[in-house]
Amino acid sequence: MTTAIIVLVIIVIIALFFIGMYNALVRLRNRVRNAWSQIDVQLKRRHDLIPNLVETAKGYMKHELQTMESVTQARSRAMSAESVGDRAKAEGELSGAISKFFLVVENYPDLKANQNFLAVQEELTSTENKISFARQSYNDQVLFFNNKIQVFPSNVVAGMFNFKTEEFFEIEEEAERAAPKVDFS
Amino acid sequence: MWELIQSNRRKSFILFIFMGICLVALGYVIGFAFLSEGGGITGIFIALAIWFILSMISYFSGSSILLAASKAKEVTHDVHPQLFNVVEEMKISANLPAMPKIYIIPDPAPNAFATGMKPEKSAVAVTAGLLSRLNRDELQGVVAHEMSHIINRDVLYVTFAGIMLGSIVIISEVFLRGMFYSSMSSRRYRSSSSRGGGGQAQLIIMVVAIVLAILAPILARLLYFAISRKREYLADASAVRLTRYPEGLASALEKISQSNLDLASANKVTAPMYIANPLKKKGRKLSNLTSTHPPITERIKILRNISQGVNFKDYQNAYALAIGKSARIIPASGLKDTNEIPIRKAKAERPEERGKKKSMRDIGDLVRKVNKYAFLLCVCGLKIKVPPDFKKHEITCPRCGHKNEVPLAELTAAVAAAGSIPGTKNK
Repeated sequence: MTTAIIVLVIIVIIALFFIGMYNALVRLRNRVRNAWSQIDVQLKRRHDLIPNLVETAKGYMKHELQTMESVTQARSRAMSAESVGDRAKAEGELSGAISKFFLVVENYPDLKANQNFLAVQEELTSTENKISFARQSYNDQVLFFNNKIQVFPSNVVAGMFNFKTEEFFEIEEEAERAAPKVDFS
Repeated sequence: MWELIQSNRRKSFILFIFMGICLVALGYVIGFAFLSEGGGITGIFIALAIWFILSMISYFSGSSILLAASKAKEVTHDVHPQLFNVVEEMKISANLPAMPKIYIIPDPAPNAFATGMKPEKSAVAVTAGLLSRLNRDELQGVVAHEMSHIINRDVLYVTFAGIMLGSIVIISEVFLRGMFYSSMSSRRYRSSSSRGGGGQAQLIIMVVAIVLAILAPILARLLYFAISRKREYLADASAVRLTRYPEGLASALEKISQSNLDLASANKVTAPMYIANPLKKKGRKLSNLTSTHPPITERIKILRNISQGVNFKDYQNAYALAIGKSARIIPASGLKDTNEIPIRKAKAERPEERGKKKSMRDIGDLVRKVNKYAFLLCVCGLKIKVPPDFKKHEITCPRCGHKNEVPLAELTAAVAAAGSIPGTKNK
């Protein structure tokens, strides 16, 4: 009788232990997903801001139609891209186009003094930062999650419930170089 | 980061136990000294009751008391878009579950603090003086430092340790003053009474109580300050890790240290909450042992010695390099963080250095904006500031005499949206 109780207690303890580990894994995986959706939110925000930017700049930059055109085009390409790889590439190009655009703006002091333009510029700078911070945070979360999956004892639970390691968000050299490094004061 | 938070919690717990023992011992001895037999228990009970009441008050309304005491005003995105954006960037970087509330303190002294017992309900407050002085990267550094206090649960710790310290100080103070007055009165009225056999023991306990009442607050204070200083280093290290850019915080601290303005709304109690000591004039006289913040020049030196990466280990190495001591300032669990994280390049460079006059004008405008003033641009270029309780329909421009119409409807709407502003009546 007593041995039965002891066995039962041990089983309950082990079960609780497993439940705890399973919940921890789910929590971490949700964090990874949340971080990923943050990147999405910020990319979408960038798409929304670009028409504003072009609209404010239009009146001042009559001779730079091509620069503005390239930003708009890069935006529509990024919005219509389907696969993850295509998207990463298109977003990289968009970053490049925006940075080129801001380089050109340097030649238009009137535009640089325009309050509306400054406001859009601040929003765009911030969105650019948020994208990179979101990526940073996503990679941090993936690291936590992958570590948890690989170390004992949580790897047992992870194996039982088929948790898979997540991929890091690596950006290609080219896209990184294209990220705007313009003076946003 | 998670291990770091846990080690922080463990340390806070040990500290609470230690300070708690201090408190209980003090209560016991004082109670015994006043009421003799059985008085010890009463003393403990009273001491714990004082501590409990103060703790409850500070846990449930500490943040709002602190924000009210600092005269901070909650602002929306439109008042200062850059501040709002920077906070949101750091929220994303720190993976905070909710956006902190943002407050501006209408004061020209540059400073900032964070509050909130848990990351889900937090707030960041910065002064108008800080906003006018710092560029984007520097502001980011300061906000990251404050955010680190929130994620490391430092606010919780500082508040509770502060309350414990406060209870010890109150009890000792009351006891010592009581002793002083009762000894005066006893000399007058009861000079030859109570000279019995029990008097001897009573006297010893009395002496112990006096010694303890003098020593306990000092001990508790030193303990509190030492750990508070360590938390500042840790928050600096976390801020660097969040922004990937040590120079931002370094030059922000430099600009803060160059100002010798005191923050009008800060006091001794709220001082440890700020990023840099807000009471500079008084602070200078105090020695290193009793300051809540490490010397600001030291913090800048450490940040500038970070050259390779921005993880916690790099910060510890930079500390050893800058100060020449091998003391451990980052908990062991933080040092396990050896992922190489490169420093990012500078982004914002404010092109023109703005004059002092311009910057004071910026501060004034910001303070008015926080206080819901409306700005009218006259045809001659003069900016007319309209207070929120303005009632007339027209303002004559003091410079050119042009009559400007006042958008009264918008003004009252803004006031109504802000709720009750002292000194104004809503219709």
